[in-house]
Amino acid sequence: MPEVRFEHIVKRFGSFNVLEDLSLRVEDGEFLVLLGPSGCGKTTLLNLLAGLLDVTGGRITIGERDVTDLDPSQRGLAMVFQSYALYPTKTVEGNLRFGLSALKLDKAEIERRVAWAAQLLQIDKMMNRKPSQLSGGQRQRVAIGRALVKHAGVLLFDEPLSNLDAKLRTEMRMEIKKLHAALHQTIVYVTHDQIEAMTMATRIAVMDQGVIQQIGTPDEIYEKPANLFVARFIGAPPINTFDATLETTGGKLVARHAPTAIEIDLSHHEFRTAPQAGAPVVVGLRPEHFAVNDASRDDGAMRLSLPVRYSERTGSDATAFLEAGEQLLAVRIEPSLMSRLRIGDTMAASFPMDKLAVFDARSGLRM
Amino acid sequence: MTALSETRAQPGRAAIVIPRRRPRIKGSSIAIFVFLTMVSLFVAIPLYVVIVTSFKPIGEITLGQIFNLPVQWTVQPWMKAWNEMCTGLACDGIKQGFFNSVAILFPSLVLSIAIASVTGYALALWNVRWADGFLFVLFICAFVPFQIIMIPLIIVVASLGIFGTVWAIALVHAVLSMPLLTLIFRNFYKDIPRELINAAIMDSGSFWKIFWEIVLPMSGNIMVVVLILMITTVWNDYLVGLTFGGISTKPMTVILANSVITSRGEAIYNVNMAAALLTAVPPLVVYFALGRFFVQGITSGAIKG
Ligand SMILES: Nc1ncnc2c1ncn2[C@@H]1O[C@H](COP(=O)(O)OP(=O)(O)OP(=O)(O)O)[C@@H](O)[C@H]1O
Ligand SMILES: [Mg+2]
Repeated sequence: MPEVRFEHIVKRFGSFNVLEDLSLRVEDGEFLVLLGPSGCGKTTLLNLLAGLLDVTGGRITIGERDVTDLDPSQRGLAMVFQSYALYPTKTVEGNLRFGLSALKLDKAEIERRVAWAAQLLQIDKMMNRKPSQLSGGQRQRVAIGRALVKHAGVLLFDEPLSNLDAKLRTEMRMEIKKLHAALHQTIVYVTHDQIEAMTMATRIAVMDQGVIQQIGTPDEIYEKPANLFVARFIGAPPINTFDATLETTGGKLVARHAPTAIEIDLSHHEFRTAPQAGAPVVVGLRPEHFAVNDASRDDGAMRLSLPVRYSERTGSDATAFLEAGEQLLAVRIEPSLMSRLRIGDTMAASFPMDKLAVFDARSGLRM
Repeated sequence: MTALSETRAQPGRAAIVIPRRRPRIKGSSIAIFVFLTMVSLFVAIPLYVVIVTSFKPIGEITLGQIFNLPVQWTVQPWMKAWNEMCTGLACDGIKQGFFNSVAILFPSLVLSIAIASVTGYALALWNVRWADGFLFVLFICAFVPFQIIMIPLIIVVASLGIFGTVWAIALVHAVLSMPLLTLIFRNFYKDIPRELINAAIMDSGSFWKIFWEIVLPMSGNIMVVVLILMITTVWNDYLVGLTFGGISTKPMTVILANSVITSRGEAIYNVNMAAALLTAVPPLVVYFALGRFFVQGITSGAIKG
């Protein structure tokens, strides 16, 4: 299966610059998720790859082929659209067949592939129905089937699950993941849903305003966000951030949050760039890394005792929000603890040193 | 919870019946009603006269009581109009005109709809260079009266060597209707979801294949609208048929006019009226047959996938 390269891609709509000098390599057989907020240019990037839009500048290659000026049907890609885009006047079978119309296959091969996809996606019972007679999940399967029959080396998905309900979305997520494991196609998958990204991707490219902010495995993106944008975009509940100043107290480097006088011990933090006293920083603390009411730990970068403002439960998890000066600090707690918690109670929490994320307040980059 | 407490509260409230407000007829609806009645009378009264006259023997007509129902109903005038009415020197009725009109109608429909739908499809869904300029020109053309370009068109058609044939009339109809029909088709196709066309472009990429297999089958509604529009226009046309048709290809309207205007001696009103009705019937039949879809067609814009 081929690899995909974007080289110095520029895309403008009139005078509006969507992508400015974007380069990206999608490796062979990789499941790359393009993740970013609405309007950041994900669909644009995908459509450029598909050939549905023309680049203003730059080059796109698939495998060894430069496809920048090729027609969409000649690029050897298949795409699944957000609205499914099934042909309303064709049956399910007709939809699958039309997917093959650019390939000039012989009859037997067409039959074989249609039957294969129908069976794989369990749509063989509804081959003679029209799309309007299918449920959302079934339509989604047909749309995926129409892409799979092409046996294209590269599969593109543009938010394929966003029209499904939560349960179905989880199911389809698993199925797409399984398909990838079985077929090893190179996949470029666009979404603004971080859970989709975290669960499916082999690598995630986080985009904002047409710029790729970070590209890495889900773990890297989550644990070692390259900048503040990535840190804040990934994670639910979102990462806690404190605006602080670097100081040296008692021979130790700390980040001091002036309003609450909270001091975060940075003496064991592995800085990428040399820290300077007096520099403004932003310290990021993921809610789930807090240890609550656990006196046995003393590797903590900080210890806090703060009043509880409120708490909420999300399925298997619960989050307590502690009052830290003007802001709220989200702390993940055991659901069993939550039932015993009263508003105004003081909660003791500590944070391990090796989980800290420190960002330069001016550039937003990880330090 | 709420549902429960409400059910319990029900018996106490059952006695209170909230009176439904009677719909009142507003002043503006009365005005509209009067206006519509006048408009329909304006059409209905002459139509009534034409119909009753066509069923009267000539003796009753000379009495001059045009609003009376026939005393003695007869279909004789209709038979005469169809079979024996005189146009110029020939007295074959207007049936030849009917067949000519049919012969003109089909090529006109096929040609005009084919040209306009493909042009509208290209303009709406493909990247056509200068599409906006082209649309603007089409829009302007829709307002140019036929009479202005008639003479040049005759020269063009004559130079093609088809002057006086049904093809000349069909071609002229196609050209004249193209601006309006193209705009209609373009606006309809503009509402096809972009992703659907993108999917087709990735799947096939062929302009014609996408048109035939995806876009045309979705065009049912708009086709009905355009069909009715064109059948009415072509069938009721007089000027194009008169100027571009040869002796043997004159449409029904032209033959009707010739018969009514040139009939020698006394005017045979009942036959003339029957002939006029015979000429007017086909578009009516089409309208009644397809009218339901017509309303559907103009109200349902977008095609839902
Ligand atoms: N045809 C167009 N003409 C002008 N601007 C456009 C066009 N298409 C997209 N844009 C702009 O380009 C930017 C990126 O759009 P794009 O559709 O790629 O966003 P996205 O990341 O896919 O967002 P979403 O998650 O909402 O789908 C947006 O600001 C959008 O307004
Ligand atoms: Mg998008």
